[in-house]
Amino acid sequence: MATPNTPLWEVFIRSRNGLAHKHVGSLHASDATMALQAARDLYTRRGEGLSIWVVPSTAITASDPAEKGMMFEPAESKIYRHPTFYEVPEEVGHM
Amino acid sequence: MRVANIQVSETPVVLYALRRADDALILGHRLSEWCGHAPMLEEDMALSNIALDLIGQARELYTYAAKVEGKDNDEDRFAYLRDVRQYRNLLLVEQPNGDFAQTMVRQLFYSAFADLYWRAMMTSRDATLAAIAAKSEKESAYHLRHASEWIIRLGDGTDESRARAQGAIDHLWAFTGEMFAVDEGERALIHADIAIDPGSLRGRWLTTLSAVIREATLDLPQTDWMQQGGRSGRHSEHLGHLLAELQSMQRTFPGQTW
Repeated sequence: MATPNTPLWEVFIRSRNGLAHKHVGSLHASDATMALQAARDLYTRRGEGLSIWVVPSTAITASDPAEKGMMFEPAESKIYRHPTFYEVPEEVGHM
Repeated sequence: MRVANIQVSETPVVLYALRRADDALILGHRLSEWCGHAPMLEEDMALSNIALDLIGQARELYTYAAKVEGKDNDEDRFAYLRDVRQYRNLLLVEQPNGDFAQTMVRQLFYSAFADLYWRAMMTSRDATLAAIAAKSEKESAYHLRHASEWIIRLGDGTDESRARAQGAIDHLWAFTGEMFAVDEGERALIHADIAIDPGSLRGRWLTTLSAVIREATLDLPQTDWMQQGGRSGRHSEHLGHLLAELQSMQRTFPGQTW
């Protein structure tokens, strides 16, 4: 139930050392402390996490879906940006 | 109620484990009553999580009580086949959920105690109780934090949330004394370093509680008249209703599983 007293928060969980925090979902809470507790109760019930970040959803600036042509299509034709044109010497082995 | 009550040989250790198991089961059951009814989805999950922690503690304690007793009883028989007078829980934990403030004040009173209690019990000479304590301590620490944060927000919230929180504190205060009481059987266990003296925790309990209540801009009652009876099976009227719901299935279809 969304009310003005319980704004939306985005939840990020790091599953184990060395991996980045990943977005897992969102929740409503009155403030950051309560959001962190709710995140623990909602998203780490099965041992999913070692670290939690909560971020006010309003703090996220998102790209406009209507602009996705301008934003992302130009990259699609630049295949030379992928490092696939190098000959890897045998001695290097599997990368 | 077709199925007869079980008989329990309440030796000091059996009774000691049963009392703590009953605390955990009854409070866990009370919290489970919120499932699907909490003020918001997030809190619905939080309360269910706490309930599951408590029922997990109850299971381990019942299983241990059954082992020490050495009869045919087990965790299910202890939970489902004892009547009100055989239950040994604190009066505090059987009190109805009331409104959300009442549930949270009850949780704060109990968890502030349980956190200290389980931490102290980790040094018990009884290896099983010490192991249960080590697991329960971490769970209780979180329950305490959760309840504390809510009380601070309810007390320092709106006029209505503040009035409800203060009303709950005043109402439930008389049930807190029982947590620190000790009878002769327990006194012997304390001397044997199997149990700890709960009376020794009251100062720290009050310190923890006062800090939360102060931050919440609420007040603790000055009265020290306390209700007792739960530990010896003299309960409030509420426990019978709770057990009727908890036990109806096993009483009607004995041994039923799914």
